[in-house]
Amino acid sequence: MKRTLIATALLGLFASQTTFAAEATTNNETAELREIIKKQNDVLKDLERRLDETEQRVEVTADAVENAETANNGVSIGGYGELHYNNLTDNDNNTDKKEVDFHRFVLFFGKEFNSTTRFFSEFELEHALSGDGKEGEVELEQAYIEHDISDIVTTQIGVFLVPVGLINETHEPPTFYGVERNPVEKNILPATWWEAGVNFNFKPTAGVSIDTAMHSGLDISSKGSYKPRDGRQKVSKAAAEDFAFTGRVKYTAIPGLELAASVQFQQDITQGGMLDDGTVVDEASATLLTAHAVYQIEKFTVKALYATWDIDGDEAAEMGRDEQTGYYIEPAYRFNDEIGVFARYNAWDNNAGNSDDSEVEQVNLGINYYLHEDVVLKFDYESQTGAKDIDGFNIGLGYQF
Amino acid sequence: MLICCLLFTNKLLAEQVYQSTTNFVRHAFAGELPQAKTLWLNKAQKTTIADILQHKYHRLRIRYWLQGDASVWVLDEIGKESPITVGLHVKAQRLQQVKVLVYRESRGDEVKADFFTDQFIDAQLSKDLQLDTHIDGITGATLSVRALTKLARMALWLDQQVAVTSEQ
Repeated sequence: MKRTLIATALLGLFASQTTFAAEATTNNETAELREIIKKQNDVLKDLERRLDETEQRVEVTADAVENAETANNGVSIGGYGELHYNNLTDNDNNTDKKEVDFHRFVLFFGKEFNSTTRFFSEFELEHALSGDGKEGEVELEQAYIEHDISDIVTTQIGVFLVPVGLINETHEPPTFYGVERNPVEKNILPATWWEAGVNFNFKPTAGVSIDTAMHSGLDISSKGSYKPRDGRQKVSKAAAEDFAFTGRVKYTAIPGLELAASVQFQQDITQGGMLDDGTVVDEASATLLTAHAVYQIEKFTVKALYATWDIDGDEAAEMGRDEQTGYYIEPAYRFNDEIGVFARYNAWDNNAGNSDDSEVEQVNLGINYYLHEDVVLKFDYESQTGAKDIDGFNIGLGYQF
Repeated sequence: MLICCLLFTNKLLAEQVYQSTTNFVRHAFAGELPQAKTLWLNKAQKTTIADILQHKYHRLRIRYWLQGDASVWVLDEIGKESPITVGLHVKAQRLQQVKVLVYRESRGDEVKADFFTDQFIDAQLSKDLQLDTHIDGITGATLSVRALTKLARMALWLDQQVAVTSEQ
């Protein structure tokens, strides 16, 4: 019994010593583990911080790379060009026109000064070669400052395209059908037509645009033909005895539809009542009225334009050029991104004021084949009847960028 | 008179910013503004974007906002001369809203009007990366219309990319 008691006491003492030792070991391990976890937490925090810093550095580097690739200080460069081959036969005179011509090589230069003030210019070489006795011309077709006065009012000051017709302001080759631009806007409006002055553009509501421009005018004194196309001065030491006023209202509030009408008035297109050869002529006020409509339904588009001049003065009346009129209608179908076909009926008369049958009718049928959305090959058949008898075909290459 | 007019109205100068990016994102997510994410573009993705835009894409990554099956993208594309900034909201792989946030071009700003951008609502991307809806153009704004149509296709395609990533 005594021995049992002693043994039990010894066992108890040993066990308690073992427990104390185990607890001490556990406490030590826990402390170590806590220390390790704390260190690991510190490492993780440090890694997190470094990761954030690395991400920030990558973002900054990416910004720098992207900015370097797109940096241009607000300067933009663009352009367009068109190469033509004409193969036309004049059946009245038995002559052929078989001609290759790099008709237009154009460069745009623009600068965005800030979000409200911009500069835009269009510099053009026509017919590839200019100089004395050469066929071509170097022309400054646009050079204006555009300034947003408010949300709804923008002004253009400088040399700008007159806000008339369809092709005068938008004439990059991939944007229209036919190798050559339509003859109505060329001979009646007359596109491309630019003047120097100031234009206020108002947009009172979405899809409604109103232009009111005061600018340099036509001057027919050099040729005395009273044809608007001959009166373009191209802002080259242009006579400025008399300015012109142009207004346009345009409605585009329904997708696919555009309706527009322009009116222009100039008090005297002779710029002083005398031709360059000294002939005294009547002062001739001139009024242009033009309207057009464009409607696109899915892949089908139809365009129509009408334009007419009313010119005062005895000389214009004697030549039958007191009235000059033209119109065209152009249905077109775009099969896909690559191919579109069109037909266009044009009629115009620069001598509509007399009783002679001087109207020219022109039919074009053709195809545009787009190698890229900005590069187009064109072909069209052309037939002129009425006061002329010409037929043949045209082939063209056009691009824009 | 012109100078006086300009000086007077100069006080009314308006930025051509029609909505800020933050407001567009909040509007898309019912007032919430999720953390912006970044999609870093790999070579294949840049090639596809170049196919859509028809020119080389210079950016290395695109920021976007994602919440559930909806994503918001703010993308730039040049119309004729200057970039047009457009906000695009995609939900369940359909365009919910397309809005011009900043317009910098001289002509063609009709594309910012709702009557034009509403045409994109519900549009989806077809297998050939085209929109399944015909977008009627605006005469005289051809290049701006084209720019917005490309960005609509791009946003739908990008939405597919981040959906694939999040599924993985």
